[in-house]
Amino acid sequence: MSATTSSPAAPSFLRRALKQKRFSVGGGVTLLVVLFAIFAPFFAPYGENETTGPPYSPIGVLGTDYLGQDVLSRVMYGGWGVLVISVLATIVGMVLGIAIGVVAAYGGGWWDEVIMRLNDVLLAFPQILLALVVLTALQNPAPWVIIVLVGTSHAPRVARVARGVALGIVSRDFVVAAEALGEKRSRVILAEVLPNMTGPLLAEAGLRLTYSIGIVAALGFLGFAADPGAANWGQMINENRLGLATQPWAVLAPVIMIAIFTIATNLMADGLAQLAQRGE
Amino acid sequence: MTTTSPDAPNGTPMATGSGGLVIEDLGVTLTGRPVDVVDDIDLVLRPGEVVGLVGESGSGKTTVGTSLLGYSRAGALISSGRVLLEDRDVLTLPWKEVRKLRGEEIAYVPQDPASALNPSIRIGKQLVELQELRGIGTAESRLEGARAGLAEVGLPNDDEFLKRYAHQLSGGQVQRVALAMAFLPKPKVLVLDEPTTGLDVTTQKMVLDTMAELCRTYRVSALYVTHDLAVVANIADRVAVMYAGQIAELGPKDTIFANPAHPYTRALLDSIPHLSQARALSGIPGRTPAPGARPDGCRFNDRCAFVVDRCRQEVPALRTVAPDHEVRCIRVEEIGTWDINRGTVPDADPDKARDVIMSVEGLDVFYGRKRVVHGVSFDLAKGEVVALVGESGSGKTTISRSVGGLHKEWTGTIRFEGRELAKSARSRSVEDRRRIQYIFQNPYLSLNPRLTIEQIIKRPMELFGIAKGKQATDRVVELMEHVALGSGMLHYQASRLSGGERQRVAIARALAAEPDVMICDEITSALDVSVQGSIVALLEGLRQQRGISMLFVTHNLALVRSIAARVEILQAGHVVESGSVVTVMDTPREDYTRTLLSNSPRID
Repeated sequence: MSATTSSPAAPSFLRRALKQKRFSVGGGVTLLVVLFAIFAPFFAPYGENETTGPPYSPIGVLGTDYLGQDVLSRVMYGGWGVLVISVLATIVGMVLGIAIGVVAAYGGGWWDEVIMRLNDVLLAFPQILLALVVLTALQNPAPWVIIVLVGTSHAPRVARVARGVALGIVSRDFVVAAEALGEKRSRVILAEVLPNMTGPLLAEAGLRLTYSIGIVAALGFLGFAADPGAANWGQMINENRLGLATQPWAVLAPVIMIAIFTIATNLMADGLAQLAQRGE
Repeated sequence: MTTTSPDAPNGTPMATGSGGLVIEDLGVTLTGRPVDVVDDIDLVLRPGEVVGLVGESGSGKTTVGTSLLGYSRAGALISSGRVLLEDRDVLTLPWKEVRKLRGEEIAYVPQDPASALNPSIRIGKQLVELQELRGIGTAESRLEGARAGLAEVGLPNDDEFLKRYAHQLSGGQVQRVALAMAFLPKPKVLVLDEPTTGLDVTTQKMVLDTMAELCRTYRVSALYVTHDLAVVANIADRVAVMYAGQIAELGPKDTIFANPAHPYTRALLDSIPHLSQARALSGIPGRTPAPGARPDGCRFNDRCAFVVDRCRQEVPALRTVAPDHEVRCIRVEEIGTWDINRGTVPDADPDKARDVIMSVEGLDVFYGRKRVVHGVSFDLAKGEVVALVGESGSGKTTISRSVGGLHKEWTGTIRFEGRELAKSARSRSVEDRRRIQYIFQNPYLSLNPRLTIEQIIKRPMELFGIAKGKQATDRVVELMEHVALGSGMLHYQASRLSGGERQRVAIARALAAEPDVMICDEITSALDVSVQGSIVALLEGLRQQRGISMLFVTHNLALVRSIAARVEILQAGHVVESGSVVTVMDTPREDYTRTLLSNSPRID
């Protein structure tokens, strides 16, 4: 029996997402971490680079780091940079990747082949390697360089997903109908194809955000932060790793923050993915 | 009614005890909410008898079908009643016995057999495995059993065939393999769920004949679930018409078709086209109410042409009006008799003067290197409907897509008002694109689910500069009224509409461009017959009022008789016969046309 379609208005995607435990827990924790990263600097007991005692001493709530700076204050300051850079990098990666994937799927034939094979070449490199190739050549990279590099390294991965989703949509009759009416190609993509991809793409964005945080933190750990003096969760792990035995909190605190943040964004992405899979 | 004494009036012995199946007071509800999906179903399947269960989508007919196997889909629950097979109640048996009983004693043939066969196991192996599972025969005899089973359904049974996979068979073959599998364990009852939907008439006829013959030979009772009354007319002994979860009318086939008593049955019959004569088809207004939204009193009261106040208050019971003929209507005696020729109109005049607006000459269409349409020529006059008819693979949709500019790998000439048309829609002029509109087969795919009805219908107007802003909105409302959609749906998203409503939106979108030619690609085949009737009535009105010409692609010859003036019969990419509908259908010259006609299910 085919179900009758007299159901009341389908609740919006967001409302259905909020009903899902996975998404609401993940989203809630993410929101808390974001709020912490934004507002914590105002409540920090000490300044970002203020020395409060000898290195690796237990003074203060979480002790001091390798330069004798207060770890708690550093953690409170250090989220902002990671957060902004990873969110912007994710946006860059999504926009680039979606553009590549949808154009490949919509163009079809040779376009599809050429674009996706080039894409496969890029996919063969580990993400962080692409970023490192450029970063090692630069002294003190500007934040936008990191954003662009991390974003670009996401693009091929996003493109694969976007193409897969778009392939199922471009062959549907409403797209053909728009073609037959002679709509501009750009409008067909923007008005007919893209709006039907939001579910899976949101899920992908959540996942990419998780990776962005990981990569940005990893770059920080390797010493490629925008501002070497500023607090940065990834960099803090690197700076303080020698004192791990005497003052573990200087390393553990940023690690825990990164872990909470990535797990939360990942949960959120998972929830969205499940919802998108269940169908609109 | 009570079915506790199922002594059939025509002398057939009691159904239980000698095979057959008795369904008593069956009810299925939704889990969680106390809402009936189906209720009060009483039905007897006598041995060797085929009972047709007919209804629109949403009437609960599949729910009844699977209940016979003690199965209900997720979210539903068989809440009451008994299904008696030889005095055992299928619904109360322990699950282990039910498992054994399913397939062995009550078999089920699904709507889409391609998904019921395992794609990675060869046909022969599947048939042998089935026998192993059911403990039929010995290791040596099973292969022979498989061969015999295939022979019974008229399929080849050589080694080559047994070695094939499901994807190497045609749709009809797959369906017959499914039938063979259902019949192998020699079941007593067979439930068939729309097994021929989506098959060509010739294949359909073959499957139906095979099924009917097997049922009669092995005295198997069959419940044939379908929405197609014409199919039922050809195979069923008795017919049960379902509406909104109840049986509305039940009786022998001849009674149901000659003397339908329920207004719903009559409305269904009125919406079916005849092969022998053109009809002014009518649909049934409104839609089948969903469980939980069914009206008080008689459930059909909001769509019934004979409704009186009493129908809204009184809940009608199934009453016996003639031997073996039961009807759920309180006004049976008052609404007179029904005539099959009601709604008959003269056939389109074959000698009418024609003013050709579009002509197709020597059309060859290719998919890559493969040529699928060979030198097809025909023309279309102003205000005329030309039907392209053929089985699947005959190239009818391919031709229509080429004419519409959706497929561009073709050669030959298509002239529109004497001018040659470019190959693809994009390379045609804006004016040509506007004047030729294409309507798709599946309204579930042809409307963007993210846009509102207003946005969908308005778009062609904006694109072709016909109207914009407030003026365009007014025209959208006007068009929606024209296609019998309330303006309340203006801001609905397409996903909230039923299939018929969606197709109306698609027609309104085509009309918004103010076209001269509409290409209708099987636009009613995904819809219920009642909806098909109203869509056809709508198209006929448009043709007469606006003088729109239509290229109507279909596989349904009966429908052609009612809607078209001329017909092109296609076979494997060639036109085998063409001419006026009356000439071709009354005096077909070609064998192929005759076969098509004789295989088409008919009620007249």
